[in-house]
Amino acid sequence: MSTPAIEIAGLTKDYPVGFWRKRMRRSLDDLNLKVEDGETFGFLGPNGAGKTTTLKLLMGLIFPTSGTARVRGRSIDDVNMHREIGYLPEQPYFYDYLTARELLDYYARFSGYSRAERRERVGRFLEVVGLRDAADLQLRKFSKGMLQRVGFAQAILHDPPVIFLDEPMSGLDPLGRREVRDVILDLKRQGRTVFFSTHILSDAEMLCDRVAVVVGGKLQGVGAPGDFVSPEVQGMEILFEAGESALPAALAQRAMQTGGRYRIEVPEAELHAALADLRGCEARILSVLPIRPSLEDYFLRLVNRRELAPRSVEVAAQ
Amino acid sequence: MSAIPGVVAVNTFREAVRDRVLYNLVFFALLMIGAAILVGQVSIGIDRLVIVNLGLSAISIFGFVMAVFMGVGLVYKEIEKRTLYSLLAKPVRRWQFLTGKYAGLLLTLLVNTLFMTAGLAAALYYVGRPFLRSDFSIVVAIYFILLALALVTAFALFFSCFSSPMLSTLFTLGVYVTGFFAADIRDFGKLTHNPLISAVTRAIYYVLPNFHNFDAIAAAGHGEPIPGALIAQNTAYAVVYVALLLVASSAVFSSRNLK
Repeated sequence: MSTPAIEIAGLTKDYPVGFWRKRMRRSLDDLNLKVEDGETFGFLGPNGAGKTTTLKLLMGLIFPTSGTARVRGRSIDDVNMHREIGYLPEQPYFYDYLTARELLDYYARFSGYSRAERRERVGRFLEVVGLRDAADLQLRKFSKGMLQRVGFAQAILHDPPVIFLDEPMSGLDPLGRREVRDVILDLKRQGRTVFFSTHILSDAEMLCDRVAVVVGGKLQGVGAPGDFVSPEVQGMEILFEAGESALPAALAQRAMQTGGRYRIEVPEAELHAALADLRGCEARILSVLPIRPSLEDYFLRLVNRRELAPRSVEVAAQ
Repeated sequence: MSAIPGVVAVNTFREAVRDRVLYNLVFFALLMIGAAILVGQVSIGIDRLVIVNLGLSAISIFGFVMAVFMGVGLVYKEIEKRTLYSLLAKPVRRWQFLTGKYAGLLLTLLVNTLFMTAGLAAALYYVGRPFLRSDFSIVVAIYFILLALALVTAFALFFSCFSSPMLSTLFTLGVYVTGFFAADIRDFGKLTHNPLISAVTRAIYYVLPNFHNFDAIAAAGHGEPIPGALIAQNTAYAVVYVALLLVASSAVFSSRNLK
């Protein structure tokens, strides 16, 4: 059996809170997780769920209260583990007095490349992330999206087999998000393991082989995005155009108007009757779609459950 | 020693240059030019003494301000701006990062001091005084200033590993002032005839670096020779002390959670 790309066993992190009488607050509670080689794995959770804490623990930026983790068989305490990984922090910030080329050259030095190798590699990865024209611009002049791209370039510059991304789509415009999705898909095609945290569920549904959901520092479930949702149809959604005065009162009450169009949700059994009513008032039916529970519904149900409401759990005073 | 601290050091130096830290040299140059012009007009026979005292004091003060204020920010800025996160995700150990930052600031101080030394030499040349063999004591005094700056930087770095820049600045200044008067403090303890106070002041004398030993400005001003034994003793003392502080800083920083 092959070694998992990422193996997390009982990872727990408590933070001290308070000034004089310090209490411990648990931000991650007994996380157990395995990510196989080549998987694209989504780590989902609302803000404050413990996603960034997990990534910081894996990167050795903070130290676990208990538990262990291994990446490609190497302990996270082993500095050589870092040769096998790339990491993009949340909302990355780099040395803004450097140009993109200088920054990547700086990071490439830590992987022991020669000057010629660095020059070739840095140029290639600037091209990959679409920053060739801005290569010699100081980072203080970069937009958020451009900084994210530099962040990607530094994370994959040394061809690591495992890549960790902390909220890679956060704060990006739709175009930026699309570009990030394309980069992740590209990494997936290359057979790399990608572990990324996000609270944008549509991205996870679109990109991930499997996802884990964490709420309040506790793992709620792991599986393929489809495993979390029931395949049963919960109703039908009809999108149509009609003059407001022509709509029957029963339909007009239930319809939601957006931009000159109406949307209405009806139980599956009432679909034909609703369509007949709409035809009767000469509405123009644009689409009829089944409503299935999404990963988002599952996620919101979890977050809203009263017992999970506190985002982190206070533990015994130290 | 691996090449990683060297890579970090060069980047730290580059940061200082691009953040225009070396602009302080302009003020130093203006000070030296002004002093050289004025001294030539108002002093008779003591122009060398005035220029050397003023130049060495300025080198010491400018360097000290840079060492403290840049030293306390070396680690703090990287954590605050989160630039350290991407760096420590590379195969870089924390002690390598720390040593690199320290060496980078030291390099900055060295370059700064070299430029100021050149300025001082130019001012001495301007007042029309030939360089003599006794001027070697000026070079030694500058070397002592550099050793003291290396110690101050190491203290600033050490304190910044566990406290805020404001507190680190206060601690570093406290150590410098106490260390400068360490001998006087010990003598004061003896005078009190109180065994407890005497023990405490003696402990301060032995634990803190005696910065007074690194002050050779007066000797250089008068062209007095500085004994080779003192040069060797100060060098060994600074090297050992800095090494101990770097080990302690690494130990503290290596166990710190970067929130």
